[in-house]
Amino acid sequence: MNRPIRRIGLVLGVLLIALIANVTIIQVVLAGDYRERPGNQRVLLEEYDRERGPILVGTNPVARSEETGNSLRFLRVYDNGQLYAPVTGFYSLIYGATGLERTENRVLTGKSPLFVVDRAEQLFAGREPRGGAVTTTINARAQRVAFSGLEGKRGAVVAIEPATGRILASVQSPSFDPNILSSHDPEAIREYYAALEADPAKPLLNRPIVALNPPGSTFKVVTAAAALASGRFTPDSVIPGPRSYNLPNSIKKIRNWNGQACGPDGLVTLREALAISCNTAFAWLGNELGDEALRTQAQAMGFDESFEIPLRASTSRFPEDPDEPQTAMSAIGQFDVRATALQMAMVAAAVGNNGRLMEPYLVQEVRGPDLAILKTTEPTEFAQSMTPLDAVQLTEMLVNVVDSGTGSNARIPGVKVAGKTGTAQTGNDNPAVAWFIAFAPAQSPEVAVAVVVEDAGAAEVSGNQLAAPIARDVMEAVLR
Amino acid sequence: MTTPALDSTIRRQPTRRNVELLLLVFAWGIGLLGTLQVGWAIGREPDTGLWVTSGVVGLLALVTHLIVRFRAPYADPIMLPVATLLTILGLVMIYRIDVAAARRAELNGNPLPTPDVYSQLTWFTVAVILFCAVLILLRDHRVLQRYTYTLGLLGLVLLVLPLAPVIGTTVNGATLWIRIGGLSFQPAEMAKILLTIFFAGYLVEKRDSLALVRTKVLGLGLPRLKDLGPLVVAWLVSLGVLIFERDLGTSLLFFGLFVAMLYIATQRRSWLVIGGVLFLGGAVLAYYLFGHVRLRVMVWLDPWTYATDEGYQIVQSLFGLANGGILGAGIGQGFPNLVPFANTDFIVAALGEELGVTGLIALLLLYAILIERGLRTAISVRDPFGQLIAAGLSITLALQVFVIVGGVTRLIPLTGLTTPFLSYGGSSLIANWIIVALLLRISDRARRPAATTIAPDEALTQVVRRV
Repeated sequence: MNRPIRRIGLVLGVLLIALIANVTIIQVVLAGDYRERPGNQRVLLEEYDRERGPILVGTNPVARSEETGNSLRFLRVYDNGQLYAPVTGFYSLIYGATGLERTENRVLTGKSPLFVVDRAEQLFAGREPRGGAVTTTINARAQRVAFSGLEGKRGAVVAIEPATGRILASVQSPSFDPNILSSHDPEAIREYYAALEADPAKPLLNRPIVALNPPGSTFKVVTAAAALASGRFTPDSVIPGPRSYNLPNSIKKIRNWNGQACGPDGLVTLREALAISCNTAFAWLGNELGDEALRTQAQAMGFDESFEIPLRASTSRFPEDPDEPQTAMSAIGQFDVRATALQMAMVAAAVGNNGRLMEPYLVQEVRGPDLAILKTTEPTEFAQSMTPLDAVQLTEMLVNVVDSGTGSNARIPGVKVAGKTGTAQTGNDNPAVAWFIAFAPAQSPEVAVAVVVEDAGAAEVSGNQLAAPIARDVMEAVLR
Repeated sequence: MTTPALDSTIRRQPTRRNVELLLLVFAWGIGLLGTLQVGWAIGREPDTGLWVTSGVVGLLALVTHLIVRFRAPYADPIMLPVATLLTILGLVMIYRIDVAAARRAELNGNPLPTPDVYSQLTWFTVAVILFCAVLILLRDHRVLQRYTYTLGLLGLVLLVLPLAPVIGTTVNGATLWIRIGGLSFQPAEMAKILLTIFFAGYLVEKRDSLALVRTKVLGLGLPRLKDLGPLVVAWLVSLGVLIFERDLGTSLLFFGLFVAMLYIATQRRSWLVIGGVLFLGGAVLAYYLFGHVRLRVMVWLDPWTYATDEGYQIVQSLFGLANGGILGAGIGQGFPNLVPFANTDFIVAALGEELGVTGLIALLLLYAILIERGLRTAISVRDPFGQLIAAGLSITLALQVFVIVGGVTRLIPLTGLTTPFLSYGGSSLIANWIIVALLLRISDRARRPAATTIAPDEALTQVVRRV
């Protein structure tokens, strides 16, 4: 009878293998899929069951977890919700998470591989898992000043430390209150979310890094950099700056904002053209340099590249294949040139940091549940976007813009400020977009900033009037 | 025949009782660690209750060991520790689910539910007493052969007992309980042992005629028509269980067991084929006749459509397993109580969630070891009755594990069966410990050095078997 017993043993062995294969498929291969299925409360319960780590600005938590005593044990609280919303994002039962809440989820829930020691301890001691903390690069004062500067307007501010790429401020207006979206009341969450979605001002949009606008005259900084890089121009080169510039192969003309020629006999130096934001001179320059040179310079400063800071920023664009009139328009930041506030702050930072553009980043440190530092972000170079000599010359030209040109409102007593105004048309009858990009102190900048105000007036002065004062306040806040 | 003295020096077998003791201590240690982990996970310091409980479990394990040491010294040293470890893992998980239920009640402001772990511990005590009773009272398993038909009848009575008025009880649609006074019992658990013994005795008696081949069809020797009788009876009883008690699992278990034992006794593959055909016929019949069978199959094929009603259990079970992943959430850190019946039918899902696929595979291997040792016993014992009982009991265990684990993990349609040793519930625990006792008794007989034990009549039996 032994043979049939052995055979049955064999069959049972096959059944065992089937069971093992099946549980392996479920728990290893399909697990991720099952976890994301609707109706799976475990993932949610698990996340709400453990103390989620805080998001810190300095040592101050801007997002933290509070014990509630009901079945969703922890509630996410944002003490200055509107102010930090573009940084923290929200953490919602219904709509998931955004911002650092999403990108740093594994740290905040304590599931990051960085916590392997802590996890091992939990495994053996069975201790309750806790999340790690994320320290941002944000400068609280700059953030606050930028936020109050944008009050009542529609726009965004990004400030960067040029030497490292640390993002010192990332502000938007209008903003939203992440506390409501992160509450445990589904009805309130849905209602508020629907209202935010319906708002034409799009408060849920992460304006500083996602909203794309034509950069207008602030893009002349890129064009000027390309001109210096070509070796054919210096700040003192005299170039044509007539009342109007006939676009090649077209009946259209580009005019200066005040309808005047930029200098006597329609001639102007490159330095002066930048100072008074001469459209015709830069349109001419664009065609002289060609779209290839402009694109190369723009890309060296971060255009056509997507950045994860670790929030995903929109890719700023330089047009792919513009004809000559389009190249001329692009050289003054019109046509299809589109940039985020982050991108234009990077342009300013690149010039200020002797042409060396650093990767922008928002997370300074990751800390364990015991607040020990587990990871510090090391600054990394994105590109040497200009030669240091060109950068020094361009800086000097930009100081001139603030000292005796269109950027007068950005002056800070006792500090040399380099800056550039911009006003962009976004369509025939659409209101213009006002820009200001700057860095200070000009020689060794501690801060570079880009301010964008949508819905601005039509005049070129609006960059100086609306955006420059905010940029100045933010820079002062960092320098003080 | 060699002289007894010479024989004992040549063939002295180590009893390996110390290995068994060591493994038992190990099993107990794992249980203690698991219990402490539950406490740590919920931030509770170990209290006296915990130490007392662990002490009682250790004492019970020690008692089983001592009984085996003195009453079945040559028995397999692996089976007892494995069964003990499985029981202990069950206790830890039941305790852990108690804790979760208490916490949920606390959060919702409901009165605290009665913990199940203490009644399970009581059942374990009863199981150990019966385990000892079997090993003490049953000196030789062959005695049972005398009561083949009595035990068979008793088994059948137990099987249909839940249908009896007054004491029979229907729980969750299946009529497999009897309730006497405050105690409820699943008689099918006991019936499976009695019927295995009955099958063994019956087949030893009839196997020669059952092995007779009259006609060959497609190269397969078919048995005589009149010998088909027992198989058809088993099939009808199984169908009866399915129809009247609505118990898919038990029905499957009995029929599979009988066919396997028939095959072992006769060595005729034709029985497997006929059994398979009858099984398929029964399955198809059941599918078309009974809504609850049809529903089970539909839920099995597409649980997601029924995720909020009939498929809720299996879907929650899959979510739990997925949450466990490779290493598991950790004991005390998952949400096993989201699966209904987490401490009975679905205890494997709970273990899979908190111990991960790693723990689950380890668990399945524990069963595999136990079953393999059982089959090994069947192969090594010399009398056909013992062989059939050992093989039958091992196969019962194996089928039961396969049917319930396969059901919970959606390998096959879900049928309600307890998970041997792990599930909360007295009948199942007691029955499985009696199975272990019987296997140890047979194994003791199989491994005992022949010279020291051969009685005159036994020597005769041996001569007969070796022909």
